[in-house]
Amino acid sequence: MEQLYARDVYGQTLIELGKKDGRVVVLDADLSGSTRTCLFAKEFPGRFFNFGVAEQNMMATAAGLASCGKIVFASTFAMFATARALDQVRNTICYNNFDVKIVATHAGITVGEDGASHQAIEDINFLRAIPNMKIIVPCDGPETKSAVLCAYQTPGPFYIRLGRSKIPTVEGKGDFVFGEGRVLVEGRDIAIISCGLIVQEALLACRSLKDKGISASVVNIHTIKPIDQNLLIDLAKRHKAVLVCEEHQVTGGLYSAVCEVLSNKFPVKVGRIGIEDRFGQSGKPTELIDLYGLSSRFIVEKAQGLLQE
Amino acid sequence: MEKKIKSLKNKANEIRKLIIKMLACAGSGHPGGSLSSSDIIATLYFEIMRYDVKNPHWPDRDRFHLSKGHCCPALYAALSLSGYFPSEELWRLRKCGALLQGHPDRNTPGIEVASGSLGQGLSVACGMSLAGRIDKKDYRVYCLLGDGECQEGNVWEAAMAAAHYKLDNLCAIVDYNHFQIDGRTDAVMSLEPLVNKWEAFGWHVVQCDGHNIEELLYAFAEAKKIKAKPTVIIAQTVKGKGVSFMEHVADFHGRAPTEKEREIALRELEEIDKTDEARQE
Repeated sequence: MEQLYARDVYGQTLIELGKKDGRVVVLDADLSGSTRTCLFAKEFPGRFFNFGVAEQNMMATAAGLASCGKIVFASTFAMFATARALDQVRNTICYNNFDVKIVATHAGITVGEDGASHQAIEDINFLRAIPNMKIIVPCDGPETKSAVLCAYQTPGPFYIRLGRSKIPTVEGKGDFVFGEGRVLVEGRDIAIISCGLIVQEALLACRSLKDKGISASVVNIHTIKPIDQNLLIDLAKRHKAVLVCEEHQVTGGLYSAVCEVLSNKFPVKVGRIGIEDRFGQSGKPTELIDLYGLSSRFIVEKAQGLLQE
Repeated sequence: MEKKIKSLKNKANEIRKLIIKMLACAGSGHPGGSLSSSDIIATLYFEIMRYDVKNPHWPDRDRFHLSKGHCCPALYAALSLSGYFPSEELWRLRKCGALLQGHPDRNTPGIEVASGSLGQGLSVACGMSLAGRIDKKDYRVYCLLGDGECQEGNVWEAAMAAAHYKLDNLCAIVDYNHFQIDGRTDAVMSLEPLVNKWEAFGWHVVQCDGHNIEELLYAFAEAKKIKAKPTVIIAQTVKGKGVSFMEHVADFHGRAPTEKEREIALRELEEIDKTDEARQE
């Protein structure tokens, strides 16, 4: 199975965009080697600016560039892109509805060994409430490319959330359409809704559930905002249970987004797999996924529980 | 030159009168810093800056960004006097559905980027300045900061970056009126030595009297000549300038004049016009 670093795909896609369009400008805050914006910097030194360890300045400068017609990609780790520079993102990027595409890497608990200070598990929550902001959480390398191209083509601010680790490519996803979820597996009993890296866990869980005689749908909601309301309502109608799985606090992320739609349009009980109001810690990504209850075995357990209720 | 200075003085006083009228009408807002920045804004909009009201998105226009967004009444007055929008809009300031919001909004003709949350404007200006460099344009970028605003860390991140990237098309102006909401800046949070701070960050510093049009004209001319580094004009000003009971009074940072105060203030500003005319004769 093909395994890619989403951030490598991001860096390569930036070069494509840079060649095609002189308006594309890329910014980083001393993490260009990690976020892979260094690839663009090497090709287009006149359109790349490093701001050092100063994310607030980077974000507000991105807005200034965008006010002059540039399409700006600004990258750093998800923790600093969102928590550190939130006011700049809200008031200077989103309020002005500027073409600033924030592509943040090292999101989630799977940052691993660096520990809690670097594990952005509230980032979706920070940005989801801001008008004009659009959010994509790609599940693999190819979807990362689609997300970056989509952000480039679609006016206004974007947040694209990437992880640190290599991720296997999900086969047979079909075409990427912004704002439309992808049903990866069609089932009857339970709809497992997920995004990002956890889509892998959902697919593994689906196989285990099948062995236990449970037919699960697996749905990849790559666009968290605007969310695919019609698909969510349809899934809730067609299944006996709904389960949302994500590498984020259960507050303010995909689980919240799904519940906001269903509680309003088609109220059903929605189960959740996410981080339950606590900080992360150091460890290997695979260990942490398990320790924090995000791995496939927890999804299987939760799905069985929901169906028995 | 004298004629030019006289005309700019008149414009600045026009701006001051409009500030008083629009704030009294709005019933809230920030007169102190608007009045202290009126001469700076008048000099920029009616002499220094290159722009075309009929073509507000002209790519070669000079950019102005009001980082101290709460002083937008001064900017709105200048934009209205320039013809960006009809003066009737001034009387709808801060009202529901108005073109003129409590802090600058991009839907207002002449406003490049919204502001209001302090400390971010110099970064925005750096972005405009970098864009000009990429596009090989010769426009200049002007950014007006408050003194209290210089307590924000983001200002110094931007100051560091502007010097690093040698943004000589960028000119910042600090409206140094020595007051912020809670009182004197040296009592709330000292800024001194402010000139040394900017110099240490790699900027060319020009000091001037922010109410002396001639000094402002020279300061902007000097800024234009400086190459390979950004320039900051530290303009010494008086908070509430032009209205006796508002001068040096922290309370008028963020309080609109009452109807009675409006009358007295306008009378005083009319007097300034008369005195200036008498001097000319």
